[in-house]
Amino acid sequence: MLLIRCPYCEQDLPETEFRGEGEAHIARPENMADISDADFEKFFFIRENQKGIVFERWRHVHGCGRFFNAARHSVSDKFIKTYKAGEKQPKLTQKEIEAVLPPAKSTPANEAIWTEKEETNNGDAK
Amino acid sequence: MRKFSAFAVAREAMRAHKGWDKQWQNPEPKSSYDVIIVGAGGHGLATAYYLAKEHGITNVAVLEKGWLGGGNTGRNTTIIRSNYLYDESAGMYNHAVKLWEGLSQELNYNVMFSQRGVMMMAHNVHDVQVSKRHVHANRLNGVDNEWITPEQAKAFCPPLSISKSARYPVMGAALQRKGGVARHDAVAWGYARKAAAMGVHIIQQCEVTGINRDASGTVTGVNTSRGTINAKKVGVVAAGHTSVLMEMAGVQMPLESYPLQALVSEPVKPIFPCVVMSNTVHAYISQSDKGELVIGAGTDQYISYSQTGSINISTHTLEAICEMFPIFGRMKMLRSWGGIVDVTPDRSPILAKTPVKGLYVNCGWGTGGFKATPGSGHVFAHTIAKDEPHKINAGLHLERFRTGRLVDEAAAAAVAH
Repeated sequence: MLLIRCPYCEQDLPETEFRGEGEAHIARPENMADISDADFEKFFFIRENQKGIVFERWRHVHGCGRFFNAARHSVSDKFIKTYKAGEKQPKLTQKEIEAVLPPAKSTPANEAIWTEKEETNNGDAK
Repeated sequence: MRKFSAFAVAREAMRAHKGWDKQWQNPEPKSSYDVIIVGAGGHGLATAYYLAKEHGITNVAVLEKGWLGGGNTGRNTTIIRSNYLYDESAGMYNHAVKLWEGLSQELNYNVMFSQRGVMMMAHNVHDVQVSKRHVHANRLNGVDNEWITPEQAKAFCPPLSISKSARYPVMGAALQRKGGVARHDAVAWGYARKAAAMGVHIIQQCEVTGINRDASGTVTGVNTSRGTINAKKVGVVAAGHTSVLMEMAGVQMPLESYPLQALVSEPVKPIFPCVVMSNTVHAYISQSDKGELVIGAGTDQYISYSQTGSINISTHTLEAICEMFPIFGRMKMLRSWGGIVDVTPDRSPILAKTPVKGLYVNCGWGTGGFKATPGSGHVFAHTIAKDEPHKINAGLHLERFRTGRLVDEAAAAAVAH
């Protein structure tokens, strides 16, 4: 479970108090009736879905009830920072990003499980 | 490749099982292939198998960054059913169920497909109405599904509590008798073995790091951790990592990747004869042949590629299990794990050509792709070989998010998402 800092309550609180509200910084076009289908698709359906740093919205639904944004790493799930709604997307420093990087072999799918050498050794006495 | 048979087993028993050969080889990648499939999960291997079998394209490589069947194929709860609401989904999943029925014989590999019945519970008036609507829609589409009373549900699954005093009492269920489970690993292994025997190269521990295109934008191959491999056609079948791969070819996808968890209990004697699902209290449960209760939880609420989920998600599911099946209240859970599922806005998959010539994508299966494995591979192989969709996946294209012609299983609430 994530521990999330609400920038309004200024406390680290358990994830169950919050609701994830998807990708942050998606501006709703002001001329919605005039935009092309392709632009509407981009606004409404296309998502960054980054493996790495993601910017996302959260809502402190069982607390102050307010929306805010967060920067998080989507492999280590560690937060870099949370910030109030309306604030500009922060420029992250290299140091901030390095602090939340996952270990090189963080998921089992990246690990080697066999080698040819091990495979041939099936324990039979010759 | 040696054919598996009772005779072969008996003969090997006489000589200490020394005559079995490798199920598939681990070849070095060639410099070029006719088709490259990215992702050696069930869907990718099935695609390679049907490319070879149905379309005669055997110069195929299946590239896998980890090991074969080590992603969502090895992490799901193995449920197979086809009682979806819309024509596109019903067609797709029913096609898969028909292939499942003959799969063990076709692959000469026991995938342990067991049509023990899938029961989807209704706990309130809305559930009852929606379930009955599904039963009727399924009937019109020729999909097996029937409405049963709480007493019939109890008779079909004795551990079920139909107490009227439950917080969410059972008010009936939709039962698909043709639904069931299969051995998930065996599906990947069976397809791999048969595809390899027809000449398909399965290249494990070979991560795709780039998709190459020529000046006109047409795909020419892929860069991998083991060098550049050329191909005129590349099919991406990478589940949770689809967005990452498609971005290499400059295609942005309408996908979000979430962790989905599952867990198993300690093994016990046979007690659970079917599959039970409840969308309202959110739980899936069946019993494996090893005796473990196999339990599926929900997705987390945030994007993640971590293959682990939050404990509150699995707790929520176990609470639901304990209420529906009080008899399991004191069972111990043995293992839990997560996989990364790629979810589309309408909760229906995408099996289609892409704006990039020579690039095909099979993704968006969300929380329920295992059941479609044979059907998905079959129609995706057709899409790649003929450069046009099969009639079964014709509606599951990428353009629907632009035209608005969605296959909105999410709104239909046919599936728990």
